[in-house]
Amino acid sequence: MSKHQLDPTKWVDLYSDYLFNFTIVRVSGSEIAKDLISETFLAGLKSKDNFKGEASERTWLISILKRKIIDHYRKINSNKGKAEVRISYKDDESEGDWLEERVSDPFDKTAEDTMENTELGLAIINCLGTLNEKQATIFKMKTIDNFDTEAICNEFNISASNLWVIIHRARKAMAECMEKTWFKN
Amino acid sequence: MKCEEAGHVCDKNQYKEANFMERVQLAIHLMYCSACRKYAFNNNKLTKALKKSDIKTISEADKNSLKEQLQKEMNK
Repeated sequence: MSKHQLDPTKWVDLYSDYLFNFTIVRVSGSEIAKDLISETFLAGLKSKDNFKGEASERTWLISILKRKIIDHYRKINSNKGKAEVRISYKDDESEGDWLEERVSDPFDKTAEDTMENTELGLAIINCLGTLNEKQATIFKMKTIDNFDTEAICNEFNISASNLWVIIHRARKAMAECMEKTWFKN
Repeated sequence: MKCEEAGHVCDKNQYKEANFMERVQLAIHLMYCSACRKYAFNNNKLTKALKKSDIKTISEADKNSLKEQLQKEMNK
């Protein structure tokens, strides 16, 4: 079996969306997520001699990213501790043992839901990686970023029917890939 | 309606871009064509999954600046 190799020139194209979706549910704000990803890439570059090739490139980057996220939390927590104000409604006037609080809220998005959706998102990005580059870019623009058909056609200098052929192939491949990797569970 | 066209309308419909007539013709086609029915089923499933996952992408501009940054570091 050949060992995994690192190729930093392809990192952004191959993994940045994956890492972004991994990060965005764990920190608040996409700017912070982007910063953490950029830090991750740079840290990866610095320690690329330590890469033993046992894990895949992406797994390795994720492990660096996880450390970056933890560091980020440490940082914001140490800032917060200095000016922390605890607010509680359990004062003398309003005794805080409300029945409403004990009832579960069925409309509340549970942690499990969020987690499952994140995993679904990562599965989708995985499948996007199996498309060829043009298909993936156009499919992403149309489906995720919701660009107009016309705008995409102008951008790539293709006709509308051309675009729909690309979308059709991409959707077919995506559906097949998702069937194999996600829906079967 | 031919299968090829049905597939095309079905794709457009995922983005709410199929008009009323097209949708009616598609519905009729799906009544007797099991192959297209299967495609439509999977296609809808994909759309739902995409909606549910709420995935985000990094914009091309941001990706380019990430690349530049990385490149700069590699040239050091």
